[in-house]
Amino acid sequence: MAEISTVTPSEHLEHPDYPMPRAAGCPFDPPPALLTLQEQKPLARVRIWDGTSPWLVTRYDHMRALLGDARLSADTTNPGYPYRNAAGRAGDQIRRTFLTMDDPEHARLRRMVTAPFAIKNVEALRWSVQTIVDGLIDRLLDGPRPVDLVEAFATPVPSLVICELLGVPYDDHDFFQRNTRVIVRRTSTPEEVVAAQNALVDYLDDLLGDKQARPGEDLLSTLAGQRVDAGQMTRREAAQMGVLLLSAGHETTANMIALGTVALLRHPDQLALLRDTDDPKVVAAAVEELLRYLTIAHSGRRRVALEDIEIDGEVIRAGDGVILAGEAANRDPRVFPDPDRLDVTRDARQHVAFGFGVHQCLGQPLARVELQVVYSTLYSRIRTLELAVDEDQLDYKHDGLVYGVYELPVTW
Amino acid sequence: MRVEVEQPKCVASGQCVLAAPDVFDQDDEGIVEMLTDRPGADRYEDVKEAAALCPAAAIRLVSE
Ligand code: SF4
Repeated sequence: MAEISTVTPSEHLEHPDYPMPRAAGCPFDPPPALLTLQEQKPLARVRIWDGTSPWLVTRYDHMRALLGDARLSADTTNPGYPYRNAAGRAGDQIRRTFLTMDDPEHARLRRMVTAPFAIKNVEALRWSVQTIVDGLIDRLLDGPRPVDLVEAFATPVPSLVICELLGVPYDDHDFFQRNTRVIVRRTSTPEEVVAAQNALVDYLDDLLGDKQARPGEDLLSTLAGQRVDAGQMTRREAAQMGVLLLSAGHETTANMIALGTVALLRHPDQLALLRDTDDPKVVAAAVEELLRYLTIAHSGRRRVALEDIEIDGEVIRAGDGVILAGEAANRDPRVFPDPDRLDVTRDARQHVAFGFGVHQCLGQPLARVELQVVYSTLYSRIRTLELAVDEDQLDYKHDGLVYGVYELPVTW
Repeated sequence: MRVEVEQPKCVASGQCVLAAPDVFDQDDEGIVEMLTDRPGADRYEDVKEAAALCPAAAIRLVSE
């Protein structure tokens, strides 16, 4: 039997384990080890679950430069791609969407679904987002207290909005939320992830069949009619794209609503600024700052180098995996003065919470409108909103693909 | 100053429209379109911001 190599202390120092734990105390700050690397070794090698040692990028300017560099590939089929875990690898291998493709294939497929996310199309939805948010708040106010804000509000908002946009029956939300959760949970087994992924694709495939027969005004009908019927993509490919759109907005926006509420309740002065304004510019700026401060996509953007890339005195070799830690980049003091302070009045628009480069989040205009409507409505309509449990009882999603709280018991 | 956009690079993120809505627009598919390629000097700040925010490096400022 081959000798099992052990990691010597010095190697260990050189290749710290990733991901790193957050500190006890402030639940919003990135793991301290990430920020230490940002100061001392901004282009570092780390050891991940499968024993490989990809690069870890923690500085803002490095992150933007690398995510904007076509020599870094998002294609998970390239050897050296740093998967999140075994379940992530299993999921990525059966899930072929533009998310894990490079240009020109990526651009061709992405452009098929960009229309509804153009600014003016999203602005046209603002009123209907407001109606959804107001309706859910009415129900909160009529219902029992305390209530779990995640289940009663934070999750239904993006779910109702994306269902309306895609033309998916909201009645099925239990089914797709359950399966989406399996995919983003770090503890899922590969079998569970594959099963959940297949269940979602089968569901969307059936729905696309219905839309081909009886088209409506929604995005899935457009995909079925203009793309599948025209032979530009198979129905299975359209179904995979549908799963991506249906699930992407769920966990992200829902966690921004819930975690944002926790952050604001812990910063009453900032909450007051948001609650007492009717200036959309103030609200929009606050949304950007909360996106920066919370950076809920906390498991690293993942890439693999196709060629040698020289950056800041280091050479990332072809075939090396690269993990880009947005939560650290968004706390880079070179770009954001006093970065650990939540300051809703600062100009945080250049944050990388949605990523950067050609893969930057497609749904970001919709996410912005949803968060603007929520943050400008929830706290002013329920002015005495407060936690119904002690702060230290909140259970944070340290193990998730996206950061947040599992439950948020609130009262007023 | 003149502004150039490279539509093939655009990924329809809409950042430019948010930063400088009187200079940039999006077509039906969300792809960037110019409303004017010679914005007034009072728009320079916003246009620079749009170029800095564009994730796809699709916006270029040319000084003349
Ligand atoms: S910011 Fe760049 S990628 Fe986004 S719409 Fe404008 S030109 Fe296109």
